[in-house]
Amino acid sequence: MSSSVKARLLIIVLAGTTGSLAVAEDLRGPETFASITNQSERSRALFVEAGRVLQHPRCVNCHPVGERPTQGNDAHPHSPLVVRGPDDKGAIGLRCTTCHQNANYEPSRVPGHPLWHVAPKSMAWQTKSLGQICEQIKDPRRNGGKTLAAIHEHMAHDSLVGWGWMPGANREPAPGTQAQLGALIAAWIESGAACPVL
Amino acid sequence: MSVTLNINGTRRDFDGDPDTPLLWVIRDELGLTGTKYGCGIAQCGACTVHVDGQTLRSCSAPVSAVAGRQVTTIEGLASRTAKAVQKAWVDLDVVQCGYCQSGQIMSATALLEKKPKPSDTDIDRAMAGNICRCATYQRIRAAIHAASAQLAG
Repeated sequence: MSSSVKARLLIIVLAGTTGSLAVAEDLRGPETFASITNQSERSRALFVEAGRVLQHPRCVNCHPVGERPTQGNDAHPHSPLVVRGPDDKGAIGLRCTTCHQNANYEPSRVPGHPLWHVAPKSMAWQTKSLGQICEQIKDPRRNGGKTLAAIHEHMAHDSLVGWGWMPGANREPAPGTQAQLGALIAAWIESGAACPVL
Repeated sequence: MSVTLNINGTRRDFDGDPDTPLLWVIRDELGLTGTKYGCGIAQCGACTVHVDGQTLRSCSAPVSAVAGRQVTTIEGLASRTAKAVQKAWVDLDVVQCGYCQSGQIMSATALLEKKPKPSDTDIDRAMAGNICRCATYQRIRAAIHAASAQLAG
């Protein structure tokens, strides 16, 4: 048996014993859209591609419209029942940090990060169209007073955003990489930050 | 590798894997068995302790996460608020099988320390992560109100 066949068999065996392996989907880079000569159309196409990250469960689960975040790729209500609370970090007595520590904890599969919290209500993405999310992201009254440059910085370098690609416990990561998202957002801003039709 | 802990006001050293769940250290290494193992995945609340006054599910935190912090288990719960909660629990005969109750008392005390006069909604939200298979929820809520009244009086 050749080594490549052995390697394939090993992968099949491992997949059979551990369940389906969560693998990030690819994300197309800005160069893919260079052939779109109309600048606004190119900008919208860039945002639609970035939207595959923004609307991925690893991101949107913690951008709830109401009081409760969701979990999983099926966006089921968070268990146990938790609410955003007055500071988006949980209720008195049941804070996010009651369960979520500074890092993913594999023995219990509980995800973690030092800044774990849900997005403010003004940044709710669940149930919103990609066009609505785009307009919201650009609106300083709803995005925490951020400029487009600050939005790029947030998307490209914020470490809690980056958790979406390192979710642990065989959760499916967001598509591509955080660097690729940053490149898409930079190109979107450079091309006029046009939004998809609402 | 050694991790230095402060549990119930006493310094304790744990010489082992720093990724070990805090609950294992509390129960198996230190012999403080009042904190219970329920689910092991932060779903039931039986393993709740306080760290720097906030609730924490000890099954889902590595022991290294609490190095240098103040850990309180049910055995070390002794504040005025805690005593009011314990009295209310006895007065209202809250406990049925009792397995979840140390976690319930830890969460109830943490709530009352921060919010001495909680509403029903405050109680429900603070206690939502503490499951009771005997379904003593109505008595738990009543006892928290009773402890609140006792503290106010």
